[in-house]
Amino acid sequence: MSYVPLHESVPVVDPSSGGGVFSLLWVIIALPALGAAVILLLGNTRTARWAHLLGCATVITSFVISLVSFFALLGRGAEDRQIGQTLYTWVDAGSFKVDMGLLYDPLSAVFLLLITGVGSLIHIYSVGYMEHDVRRARFFAYLNLFVAAMLTLILADNYLGVFLGWEGVGLASYLLIGFWQHKTSAAVAAKKAFVVNRVGDIGMALGTMLVFTTFGTLTFAGVSKVADQAGDTTLTILGLLFLLAACGKSAQVPLQSWLLDAMEGPTPVSALIHAATMVTAGVYLVVRSNFIYDNAPVAQTAVVIVGTVTLLWGAVIGCAKDDIKKVLAGSTMSQIGYMMLAAGLGPAGYAFAIFHLLTHGFFKANMFLGAGSVMHAMDDDVDMRHYGALRKMMPVTFLTFALGYLAIIGVPPFAGFWSKDKIIEAAFGDNLIIGLAALVGAGVTAFYMTRLMLMTYFGEKRWAEKVHPHESPKAMTVPLMVLGALSALGGLLLLGGWVTDWLAPVVGEEVHADLPVPALVLSVIVLLVVVAGISVAWLTVGRNAVPRTAPTKVSVFTKAARSDLYGDALNEELFMRPGDRFVTGLATFDRSGVDGFVDGFAGSLGGMSSTFRRIQTGFVRSYALSVLGGAVLVVLALLAVSLA
Amino acid sequence: MSATPFLVLSAILFTIGCIGVLTRRNAIVVFMCVELMLNASNLALVTFSRVNGNLDGQVAAFFVMVVAAAEVVVGLAIIMTIFRTRRSASVDDASLLKY
Repeated sequence: MSYVPLHESVPVVDPSSGGGVFSLLWVIIALPALGAAVILLLGNTRTARWAHLLGCATVITSFVISLVSFFALLGRGAEDRQIGQTLYTWVDAGSFKVDMGLLYDPLSAVFLLLITGVGSLIHIYSVGYMEHDVRRARFFAYLNLFVAAMLTLILADNYLGVFLGWEGVGLASYLLIGFWQHKTSAAVAAKKAFVVNRVGDIGMALGTMLVFTTFGTLTFAGVSKVADQAGDTTLTILGLLFLLAACGKSAQVPLQSWLLDAMEGPTPVSALIHAATMVTAGVYLVVRSNFIYDNAPVAQTAVVIVGTVTLLWGAVIGCAKDDIKKVLAGSTMSQIGYMMLAAGLGPAGYAFAIFHLLTHGFFKANMFLGAGSVMHAMDDDVDMRHYGALRKMMPVTFLTFALGYLAIIGVPPFAGFWSKDKIIEAAFGDNLIIGLAALVGAGVTAFYMTRLMLMTYFGEKRWAEKVHPHESPKAMTVPLMVLGALSALGGLLLLGGWVTDWLAPVVGEEVHADLPVPALVLSVIVLLVVVAGISVAWLTVGRNAVPRTAPTKVSVFTKAARSDLYGDALNEELFMRPGDRFVTGLATFDRSGVDGFVDGFAGSLGGMSSTFRRIQTGFVRSYALSVLGGAVLVVLALLAVSLA
Repeated sequence: MSATPFLVLSAILFTIGCIGVLTRRNAIVVFMCVELMLNASNLALVTFSRVNGNLDGQVAAFFVMVVAAAEVVVGLAIIMTIFRTRRSASVDDASLLKY
C-alpha cells in the first residue's frame, strides 16, 4: 500500500528504534508479567511470605524504568519523540502480518508513569490493607497481571496489541472484583462486569478487523497516514465501534451498569483498576485513534453525547448513595464522562482529556485508598450513615482525603480545578448546551463530594459501640500522602501549556475555540457553581443530623438515583428477559424437537436390535444352517445372473 | 474320460458332509464331516484342473489340504479341551456364547 503525505495536524512518523534505555521498553511489561507468573505457578501457600515483596518490586522497577525513559524522551526534540521497538512477528498468515511492536511516545509515556506510579503506591498500600487475608499472595499475582496487561494495552503499537491488553485487563478486573468469591455478591458482580465488558469488546474486535480490511495495516503509524483516505461511512463506523468498546471498558452510558457493582472487589482494586487506570482505557483508545475521529465528525458527536450523558448520570447516582465506595464509583463514571466529552471535541480537547485523566488518576486513587482506610477502621462497614466525626480519629486519612476532595470539586489551585476548568472551557467553545451540562456536572460533583465529606468526617459520631476507629498503618498512609500531594500539585503539569505541547506530536496542536465569555469569567462562573453545590450540601446534610438508617420516604428522584437511574432494570427488561425467553424457547425446542427425534430414532433401532439378537442362539449347528442358507442364496443368485 | 462321474461323486460327498455337519451332535463327527466337504471340493478342483488342462485347480487343492491339516491340529485341540472341561463332546452343550 502506498502512503500519502503525512496528515497535517497529526505528524505521526514511523517510530525509530531508540536504543539506550528505550531498548528496555519490553522489560516494563515483562517484569509484572513475570511476577504474576511466578506467584501463580508456585501457588499461594509457597509464596505467602514473600509474594507481596515480589509484587511491589516488579512494579516499582517498572516505574523506575518508565521514569528514566520519560526523562530520556524529554531530552529529545518534539519531532523525535516516537520510539518503536519490534519484538517479534506475532501473526504471519498470508497477507495478514502483525508484529508484536511497542510504541513509546508522549501519550504512552504519561500513561506509563500513571500506571506504574499509582500502581506502585497501590501495591504498597495493599501490603497493609490485605495483611490479614490468607490469599494475599494470589491478590498480588492478580494485581501484577493487571499491570502487565494494562502496560501492554498502552505500549502496543497496533490495534491487535491493544486488543490483547484490553482483554488482559478485562480478565484481571474480573478476577479481582470476584476476589472474595465466597461472597455471592462479589461473584455476581465479577460476572456482570465480565459480561458487560464483552459487549464492548465486540466493538473492539470488529473495529480492529475493519481497520485491517480498510487500511491493510494495524499499526497506529500506518493507519494515521492513510486515515483520511478512507470513506466517510467507514470512518464513522470505525469511530462508533471504538466508541462502543470505550463505553464498555470505561463504564459509559449505555454500558455503565457494571462499575457500581465492581465495588465488591477489595478497595485497592477499586482504586487502581476502577478509578485510576483500566476504566480510562476507553479514553486512551479514543485519543489514540484521533486520526480516525478527526475525520469522522458524526462519531465525534456521538462521543461527546455519550460523555455528557455519562457525566450527569454518574453525578446524579453519586448524590443518592450511602455506600462510600459507590459514591466514589458514580463520581468515577462522571469524571470519565468529562474525559470522553473532551476527547470527543477533537484537537481542542484531546490534551485536556488526558490531563484530566492524569489528575483524576491521582485524586480518585487517593480518595479510594482513603475510603479503604476508613473502612479498615470501621470494620469494613461501607455505609456513610454509620460514620461521622472521623476527622479526629484518623487525621492523616482525613487530611489526604481533603486534598483529593478539593481537587475533584475543582478548587484552585488543586489539580482538578485546572483540568476540569479546561474541559468546561472547551465544551463551551464547542456547544452551549454541552458546556452548560458540564457546568451543571461540576456543581453536582461539588454537592455529592461535600455530602460524602460531611457524612464521613464531620458531624456527630454515629458508629456502633464495638467499633473503635484508628489510624491505618504506615504502609497505607504513606501512599495516601504521596497521592494527596499529587492531587494538590497535579495542576503544575499545565504550567506554560506543558501538557498540550507535550501531547501535540500525538494528538495535534490544541485548537482554541471562541468562547461566549472570556476564559477568566468562565472560571469564576464555574467556581460560583461549585460554591453553590457545596452550599446546598451544607444546607441539606451538614446542618441537620444524619439518621443512621436511610429515610424511606423520599422523592422519586432520590429513589431513581438510589437504583442507579434504573440502568439495571432497563437492561433486564430490554435484554435479559427477552433473551431469557428466547433461550428458554430454544432449550424447549432442543429437548422436545431435536432430542425427541434423535432419541426416538435411537429407541426404535434399539427395539429392533433386541428382537433380532434372538437369532444368536449359541448353537453351532444353527449357525451352520444359516451359513448354508447364505451359500445357497449366493449360488441361486449366480445362477439367476448367468442364466439371464 | 468324462468329468461327470467325478463331479457327481464330489457333489454326493459334499452333500453327505453337509448333512452330517447340520445333523450330528458329536463334535468329532461334525469335524470329520467338515473334512469330507473339504475333500469333496478338492475332488471337484482336481477334476476341473483336468478338464481345463492347466494346474491351477491342483495348486488350489494343495492349498486346501495344507489349510485343512492346520485346521485339524487346532480343531482337535479345541475339541479335546472342551471334552476335558465339560466331559462331553456334544456341540449343542457348548452353547454359552449367545444373546
